[in-house]
Amino acid sequence: MATIPNEELLKRIGEKFGEQVTLVGEPYGLLTVETGRGQIIDLLTFLKTDAALRFIFLTDITAIHYPEQEKQIGVIYHLHSLTTNTRIRIKVFLVDGDVHIPTATVLWEGANWMERETYDFFGVIFDGHPDLRRILNVDDMTAFPMRKEFPLEDPNRVDKKDYFFGR
Amino acid sequence: MQNHPVYTDNDPQNELSTLNLGPTHPATHGVFQNVLQLDGERIVSGVSTIGYIHRAFEKIAEHRPFYQITPLTDRLNYCSSPINNMGWHMTVEKLLGITTPKRVDYLRVIVMELARISDHIVCNGVLGVDTGAFTGFLYMMEFREAIYEIYDEVCGSRLTTNIGRIGGFERNFNTIAFAKLRKFLVDFPKTLKEFESLFNRNRIFVDRTKDVAAVTAEDALSYSWTGPLLRAAGVDYDVRAMNPYSSYEDFDFEVPVGTNGDVYSRFLVRNEEMWQSLRIIEQALVKLEKEPSDIFHADVPEFYLPPKEEVYNNMEALIYHFKIVMGEIPTPNTEVYHSVEGANGELGFYLVNDGGRSPYRLHFRRPSFINYQMYAPMSRGMLLSDAIINMSSLNVIAGELDA
Repeated sequence: MATIPNEELLKRIGEKFGEQVTLVGEPYGLLTVETGRGQIIDLLTFLKTDAALRFIFLTDITAIHYPEQEKQIGVIYHLHSLTTNTRIRIKVFLVDGDVHIPTATVLWEGANWMERETYDFFGVIFDGHPDLRRILNVDDMTAFPMRKEFPLEDPNRVDKKDYFFGR
Repeated sequence: MQNHPVYTDNDPQNELSTLNLGPTHPATHGVFQNVLQLDGERIVSGVSTIGYIHRAFEKIAEHRPFYQITPLTDRLNYCSSPINNMGWHMTVEKLLGITTPKRVDYLRVIVMELARISDHIVCNGVLGVDTGAFTGFLYMMEFREAIYEIYDEVCGSRLTTNIGRIGGFERNFNTIAFAKLRKFLVDFPKTLKEFESLFNRNRIFVDRTKDVAAVTAEDALSYSWTGPLLRAAGVDYDVRAMNPYSSYEDFDFEVPVGTNGDVYSRFLVRNEEMWQSLRIIEQALVKLEKEPSDIFHADVPEFYLPPKEEVYNNMEALIYHFKIVMGEIPTPNTEVYHSVEGANGELGFYLVNDGGRSPYRLHFRRPSFINYQMYAPMSRGMLLSDAIINMSSLNVIAGELDA
């Protein structure tokens, strides 16, 4: 089957969800939409199960942090329809302090570790996740290191001071 | 996976034994830890612990200009670094709207297919070792060395290659590189054939691998598997064929597909992929003859560092050199997802740019990370020795797993 044009895909989503899903853009041809956390599972389910769309493949789940925005944390899903070779990107923005979003593990087993990684680095809490623990960082870490306020290096370390290098 | 019964040591019902497989067990070929509950030799349940060599590449990448991120990608799947390097370069090129000349595309295809072969050599060789056949591994390793020597001629390094630049290659391929490549194309098929005749119908090997860790296509898709593992389960998803990059659409090759997703299928799929890679390289060499032999990078002075002798003698080159190094060239404020077919599956780069010199956010979709999460659930009910073979055939690379 041929690739679904972005306009048609957007129309299909619009028919079902109306104003609840908004268009963000089409950077490099990849349709990007935004929705709220209340609709995200419905939207993912619709995309996965609709007979014409069949976005059965979850490519990736990740997050992004915009400290200056009101809704700071964005959770980003990449789906791929293997039969039509169409991709879509879905964004959900969350207010810091209330970073709860329903888990996608109900639809894809593979979402498990992707969500754990997102939790580990951004602190996004996926409600209903079977095993939401840190995955790459140590368990007793308190910060969420991919947030922008987290420094790349420990600001208190002294071994890189200029005077050690004769500067 | 988490619901295994918890027995205390004093519990008279506790007949299970706990085994820490890893993190440095020699049979796991990397830093992998699995805490297994064993009933005799059978695995009742397991929990994977990962992250032992996590190096925060995504965080570091937010502080580095684009061209300095290439060495980070080397250290993802270090058995096939060039694919990571090229995938990253192509992501940046897509972001910046750079089109590369055909010759660059073909040279890249050659290097990427060599990398795929070297990765599969290690995986299938080690699978032989784990089933008790050391010979095949030794035969094949010789050719990984031959591939590393070709990298050496092209870029000067072997394992973590940092090969190529944004826009093409840092220098043209020399005649020795082509000579070594042609020698490889003559010698390797003989050994690969020999390797296949050692294993494909070997009774011991087939008994150890057939129907072990069989995965259905539905499970493989649900776990977002990609690459040879998904294809062994019967789904013909190959990024090279579906979303061609670097002029893969010009090449005639087949996507091998397995039937029942067991260890044996994965072995056969990888072997066949090596044959297809050889086919692609041979076609690329023919196509290269029709391209002008002095082109090895795109004409993008704003992003491709000029040769040093020009920097010292030519005003424009000096200006561009300064602008590139100081990061004073504006980049588009947008986001891009680009994926390539890595040796283990779809290697994706999700790059969010804010117009600065380094990414606002860079996320690697690492196939090893995603493929490995089925390991513990699928090991349930398996014999311990089968679980070891299963791990080899997943070809999980610690660097890519932990990023």
